[in-house]
Amino acid sequence: MKIVILGAGQVGASVAESLVSEQNDITVVDVDPARLRTLQDRFDLRTVTGSASHPSVLAAAGIDDADLLIAVTQHDETNLVACKIAARLFNVPRRIARVRATDYLNDEKVLGPEGFEVDLMICPEQVLTDYIVKLVEFPEALQVLDFADGKVSLVAVRAYEGGPLVGHPIRELRQHIPNIDTRIVAIFRKDTAVVPDGNTVIEAGDEVFCLASAQNIRRVMIELRRMDKPVKRVMIAGGGNIGQRLSQALAADYSVRVIDHNKRRCELLAATLEGVLVLNGDATDEELLEEENVAEMDLFVAVTNDDENNIMSSLLAKRMGARRVVSLINRRSYVDLVQGAQIDVAISPAQATIGRLLAHVRRGDIVAVHSLRRGAAEALEAVVHGDRESCRVTGRRIEEIELPPGASIGAIVRGDEVLMAHHDTQILAEDHVIVFVADKKTLPKVERLFQVGARFL
Amino acid sequence: MRPLAVLRILGLVVMLFAGCMLVPFAFSLLLGDAVLFAYYISVAITLVAGAALWFATRRATGELQIRDGFLLVALVWTTLPAFATLPLLFYIPGLTFTNAYFEAVSGLTASGGTVLSGLDQLPPSINLWRGFMIWLGGMGVIVLTVAILPLLGVGGSQIFKAETPGPMKDTKLTPRIAETAKGLWLVYFALTGLCLLAYRWAGMTWVDALMHAFTTMGLGGFSTHDASFAHWNSPKVELVAIVFMMIAAINFATHFLAWRRLSLGPYRRDPEAAAYVCVLVGSVCGIALYLYLVGVYPDPWVALRFAAFNVVSVATTTGYSNTDYNAWPIFAPLWMLFLCSFACCSGSTGSGMKMIRAQILFKQIFRELLRIIHPRLQRPVKLSGLAIENRIVLAVLAYLFVYVSCIILATLLLTATGLDVLTGFSAAVASINNTGPGLGQVGPLSTYAVLSDFQIWVCSFLMLLGRLELMTLLVVMTPAFWRK
Repeated sequence: MKIVILGAGQVGASVAESLVSEQNDITVVDVDPARLRTLQDRFDLRTVTGSASHPSVLAAAGIDDADLLIAVTQHDETNLVACKIAARLFNVPRRIARVRATDYLNDEKVLGPEGFEVDLMICPEQVLTDYIVKLVEFPEALQVLDFADGKVSLVAVRAYEGGPLVGHPIRELRQHIPNIDTRIVAIFRKDTAVVPDGNTVIEAGDEVFCLASAQNIRRVMIELRRMDKPVKRVMIAGGGNIGQRLSQALAADYSVRVIDHNKRRCELLAATLEGVLVLNGDATDEELLEEENVAEMDLFVAVTNDDENNIMSSLLAKRMGARRVVSLINRRSYVDLVQGAQIDVAISPAQATIGRLLAHVRRGDIVAVHSLRRGAAEALEAVVHGDRESCRVTGRRIEEIELPPGASIGAIVRGDEVLMAHHDTQILAEDHVIVFVADKKTLPKVERLFQVGARFL
Repeated sequence: MRPLAVLRILGLVVMLFAGCMLVPFAFSLLLGDAVLFAYYISVAITLVAGAALWFATRRATGELQIRDGFLLVALVWTTLPAFATLPLLFYIPGLTFTNAYFEAVSGLTASGGTVLSGLDQLPPSINLWRGFMIWLGGMGVIVLTVAILPLLGVGGSQIFKAETPGPMKDTKLTPRIAETAKGLWLVYFALTGLCLLAYRWAGMTWVDALMHAFTTMGLGGFSTHDASFAHWNSPKVELVAIVFMMIAAINFATHFLAWRRLSLGPYRRDPEAAAYVCVLVGSVCGIALYLYLVGVYPDPWVALRFAAFNVVSVATTTGYSNTDYNAWPIFAPLWMLFLCSFACCSGSTGSGMKMIRAQILFKQIFRELLRIIHPRLQRPVKLSGLAIENRIVLAVLAYLFVYVSCIILATLLLTATGLDVLTGFSAAVASINNTGPGLGQVGPLSTYAVLSDFQIWVCSFLMLLGRLELMTLLVVMTPAFWRK
């Protein structure tokens, strides 16, 4: 596929990175040649320097025969204009734009066909906020992902000594919680995937991925670790875009404190946020944390735009007694360095946000894609179309489907009903199927499975 | 600064005021009372004085700047009462200029404290003139507080303009104010008309109804009877008065918006209205309960009736009474006096510190307390979810300080010259809040005539000071104001 990406910032770069590895022709446009150079050094792609919304620059980037435009520059307006130009002047069939301001979303006409002609709108800050809010709701989880409009959830939990199931084979799960239908789709042990079957024994320290309908998550987690008290007090370091959205989302149900070092930013936050304590100071300042009783915090979330600051303030908060610390970390090497040691959850913004975008790029009718384990694994929700003749999934029982190794079908959503996959479950057309792919290299095979073959159409 | 241009406009205002005198003049003609001659002379003098002033300064046609605005406001409110005394001086023999000026100031600042007794014997047109002064004062005050003071930024009043119709960002006193004023006056007219009909329906004569419609909407407590509302002794009349006093003490800009949009939404968004209603209803219930419990009124409904009327009347700075609340145990009247210093909404015809300033002060106190617990806290004072600049909070704090200082100073002056503490203090509070009657010797059933000339002047000055939101008058008295 030929893809043009506008903007080589954090989002642009990580989008480029994940798409390049899937054999696409990628051109990245940015005003800053230095950024482009580093991208070009690392990946096999083309770069064009220039203003992303100018038709001449877009033409130079080869937008004429592009299949997809991904506009993810810093500025909403540039992204919107680029989409409009791509649609009108160059007939680009699909256009994705990053839009931060919620004002644009209030009326469909703004982004619709008579407006800026944006097919898909993404807002990384909002995705990250939702991600963290989930972690506040389920403080024991490493990650909580929703499928089929929230009907099914995938949770990643670290198994701890003392969980009833830990040290036992998976098959005993049925006896522990007979009324609840759940499925363990993957286990990562010391960073390698273990394909689970009934006899696999869960060990302490394993990262366990289970699928369950949304209301049963808590019950399933209890099997793997002892539960903590629910979160009440949250401290957020960094009052930027994410910090602001996060405190807004949490203000109603939790006691929230936000720390930011910029006084003007603090004033703005205090003026717009209701029911949040806004504190002016440095999140790595021990005295401030002491003053604000970090030891009593159930959750400490570091979301400044600086990796080192996030890590340092999280470590400090943890040492001073915060129950659980979550840190936003962009650099992949840092994530591997700190997650699981002192920092409970390290969130990679790029991986968290890229899912929706990937769903749009994939072949087949893929509704949702979630990156897991820093992009090494993926969970996707695909809609099954066609019939037994035209598609290799439709009308077959699960045991009949030739899934590549490491991939497994976890659950099926049929209308409002959630079915956990068993070997004899039959898949019908229009089912939403949730597939777990442990090895990313096998992704194209999985995608092809769900594609309705052209020769049958 | 352009003092000449200010004087030219003052001349025009004085001529206009002569036109206003034609109203009681016409009534005098209509009713055939014996005051006609006084109006001839008064109108003539006022007209000639205004015309002379205008003629002398007619070439000074410059646009007014902010400073001129202060001067004009201060001059208008000190000059007009002088002319307004004329009909009273000519008709009532033995009335000194001091007392007449007090009466006129009390009228034009919509206060309602009086030095006259034997009101029932006064000719209707004189009483009508007193009521009409209050009504005119109310008109002036609405425009002053909604359109002019926010422009001048007096005592944090910048925030008042939040929802007034039309943008008024210009620093000049533009024709925009005329547009705003027209809308507000329309509401004022309409409400006065309704009030007149309601009073008539409740059983007043047409003349009484008109006079009381004027003084109710202006929130000044002049009455045509020495006994005030006790004259009718009718719960129906009192209920009408309560309703319209409550309406008149809400921001007229809010009334205007509600009327233009035909919805109650503006009242809900008005940061003051809810607090104002809560404070008033709470106080009425509290005082009624208190009067019942201490046994002033054995019947709880009677207690509620008297508490409701007198509390609303004093809290909205009107100053009617239907009983001698001076005789109640001191807690109740003191509480009422305390209410009148902050209960009214900004942009209404009521006076005092205004509810909005009280709210800001309250939130500021809460903020300071939180800051002790969280030293690095950033927290703006917010009204209706909007942050208020710290500069405004400081202006309100300064306003409070000046306000309290004025009361203390005036109380000292009044007691030093021979008044007892209760009379002196209550006269000071009632005057600066434009309430009218105080307690003790200046209670609801007595008049200010017992005060000496000096004390009368102190009270007149306080009324002007309170009406012009303190700073407007004080700034004109600073040397820096006059420096080029």
